[in-house]
Amino acid sequence: MTVATSRRSVLLGLAGAAVAGGAQARGWEPSRPVQFVVPAGTGGGADQMARVIQGIVSKHALMRQPMVVVNKAGGAGAEGFLEAKGARGNPHMLVITLSNLFTTPLATGVPFNWKDLTPVTMMALDEFVFWVNANSPWRSVQDLIAAAKQQRLKIGGTGSKQEDQIIAAAITKASGAQFTYVPFRGGGEVAVQLVGGHIDATVNNPIEAVTHWRSGALRPLCVFDAKRLADTGKMTETQAWSDIPTCREQGLDVDYLMLRGIFMPAGVKPEQVAFYEGLMAKVRETPEWKDLMQQGAFNTTSLTGEAFGAWLAREDERHRSLMQDAGFLANPA
Amino acid sequence: MEEIGLLMQGFAVALQPGNMLLMLVGVVLGVLIGVLPGLGGANGIAILLPLTFAMPPVSAVIMLSCIYWGALFGGAITSILFNIPGEPWSVATTFDGYPMAQQGRAGEALTAAFTSSFFGAFVAVVMITFVAPIVAGFALRFGPPEFFAVMFLSFACFVGMAKGSPLKTLAAMMLGFLLAAVGMDTVTGQLRMTFGSEEMIRGFDFLVAVIGLFGISEILCSIEEGLHFRGQKAKIDLKVVLRTWAELPRHWFLAIRSAVIGCWMGITPAGATPASFMSYGVARRMSKDPAGFGQGRIEGVVAPETAAHAAGTSALLPMLTLGVPGSPTAAVLLGGLIMWGLQPGPMLFVEQKEFVWGLVASMYLGNVAGLLVVLVAVPWFAAILRVPFPIIAALILTVCAIGAYTVSNAEFDIVLMLIFGIVGYVMKKLDYPLAPLVLALVLGDRTEEAFRQSLLVSNGDLGIFFHNWLSGGIMAAGLALLLWPALAWARGALAGGPRAQAA
Repeated sequence: MTVATSRRSVLLGLAGAAVAGGAQARGWEPSRPVQFVVPAGTGGGADQMARVIQGIVSKHALMRQPMVVVNKAGGAGAEGFLEAKGARGNPHMLVITLSNLFTTPLATGVPFNWKDLTPVTMMALDEFVFWVNANSPWRSVQDLIAAAKQQRLKIGGTGSKQEDQIIAAAITKASGAQFTYVPFRGGGEVAVQLVGGHIDATVNNPIEAVTHWRSGALRPLCVFDAKRLADTGKMTETQAWSDIPTCREQGLDVDYLMLRGIFMPAGVKPEQVAFYEGLMAKVRETPEWKDLMQQGAFNTTSLTGEAFGAWLAREDERHRSLMQDAGFLANPA
Repeated sequence: MEEIGLLMQGFAVALQPGNMLLMLVGVVLGVLIGVLPGLGGANGIAILLPLTFAMPPVSAVIMLSCIYWGALFGGAITSILFNIPGEPWSVATTFDGYPMAQQGRAGEALTAAFTSSFFGAFVAVVMITFVAPIVAGFALRFGPPEFFAVMFLSFACFVGMAKGSPLKTLAAMMLGFLLAAVGMDTVTGQLRMTFGSEEMIRGFDFLVAVIGLFGISEILCSIEEGLHFRGQKAKIDLKVVLRTWAELPRHWFLAIRSAVIGCWMGITPAGATPASFMSYGVARRMSKDPAGFGQGRIEGVVAPETAAHAAGTSALLPMLTLGVPGSPTAAVLLGGLIMWGLQPGPMLFVEQKEFVWGLVASMYLGNVAGLLVVLVAVPWFAAILRVPFPIIAALILTVCAIGAYTVSNAEFDIVLMLIFGIVGYVMKKLDYPLAPLVLALVLGDRTEEAFRQSLLVSNGDLGIFFHNWLSGGIMAAGLALLLWPALAWARGALAGGPRAQAA
């Protein structure tokens, strides 16, 4: 295991060096400040990640030109995506995406598709956990589903027809239990509504709810991933992230991960894409980035190039079918 | 008391020379940010956040929170001098602050604004120091129905505020709700009233509208009235500060009431903007001379500024204890905490004592520093009014345009700002009040959201707003305030007959 890991990191290092060297050999580098578009508001998960990347790039002097974070949150991110779509061929623009890359065009009918952008790299995947209030009688997913079949329960989440509601709809599809979905503005607010007992369950990301778990106010039931979370450090007296069962283990066949990826506008040159690929590979090697990954219990899968493209095509199809099932499409086929 | 000991340690951290310097830099930057409309505390902190990446967390948060205090102070300056609210929570300050400046009392208005800001913040910090855990628990009781009840109360406090026809007030308010509804509907995830236009997706930002409605329309009015600012002749010296201070203690009860409103609204967390409106509305309602409000009464400056600053400060409490930001600026600070490896929420007070108490101590010191900086600068701020109108008007227009652009980096917003300027001018000429429009625009979508969330939870049953003593009590208070003018009018009509009706 250790050998394999170290060999892989050597390979990664070589690949990174090769990419960086290649970029230098071809000589492309940003000649103007790089605009980093966040298709979400300030303070959210995508915004935080963009600002951490910006901080890392400037602290470690990874790029000569500065990086400027710009929030374009209008219309569930449609504003940011349309701006990037309109900036065809501009190598001084990056976009960080969340699941609204797929959901916003599907739910609103805004003329945009992920193929209007050039995929650069997947930075990480964000996990989702099924949470209930620690005072509730539900200790397992089965308890909750059984209760939901007796009496309609309320699931709170961020936004409407976005990832949280898609997961809620998938839970209904997999278990047959009906829920009322109540949309709120942000993940932190959702977690507090659950602590206050105003809703019955949430599908918060780990980083949004971890502090309430540790203070004993919330209870995690399962994680919406094919395998358990990697981090084995104790978060509460008795539990680590890795102690939370997967939903599949609990008999609820739902998994969902949210993309944290970097894109460029369409029509940019390969050496320009290679530059940013190399840059982001260096960002992922820094201790600050690793801290963020550990704090948020992120899934640190990273993909580039064709593998990333194939992943995106698959996810796009999956979102379309999930949203079709839930009746969330703006223009049903 | 354990808190006192911890706070003293916090002072020791905050009083290190390096941190003191950061505090001063933060306050000055914050005042500048507050003065520029559109830049705003949230944007300012977001821009500066990466710079703090290399600092220790305590120093970083001290500097950023001082920017926040500075912005709270600075927002009042342009409201009073030019009728342009630099920040959403200073809109209510324009109602009486600007008339005061026009009467040559700009220095007095600024001193009153800064002093009451300081008082509000001080009350809030004392509250955070001693009763944080109890108060944080209270915030947990606020679900969607309670939140709607608070919003309802804000509107109720405000009804009957305008001097003109109630129907015009209602029309202006409805226009505000209409504008607030444009863009993303967060409850259904659909776009509303965008008519297929990409520019409309953003909806109408409150700040763009306010810069136009207040700032641009004011310039248009000034041009019509002969290219000068009234209030140029103001006598300006530092003594005005002392004179105003001699007068302020008379309004102690008003200040305490406003601070309480502010703290409450900051924790719930409804934020500084509704707090300032509610406090102004209540002050007017409780005053012996409500008609004098809007003509340049010092109470009309003290009430909203105390409440806004109390709310802005106490908004940090739910952020620290629950991880829920009470304001957009607090949301960016929250992102900063996570970046420095601190997890906001109930465990912060337990595990990061040095950090928390360093921050609380910096709240005390930052506010003192902020007050000194802005008070010393009062004569200079007031002196801006002496610059000839053609020069200053061009500068204001430029700053307004930059401000409108900065809100979301969109050129279209500058056009919108100009359109709102003309709308504002026409409304003034036709005696339609602007305040209800602004109130509905800033609180409209959150009120609607809370209303619909409540109905989702209750399956459409309106009874949910009275389902417990908390939301029921607030709703009842709101209804009483709302019906008060109607009751008073009915009583007057019965007692005085047709004569009273005609009046």
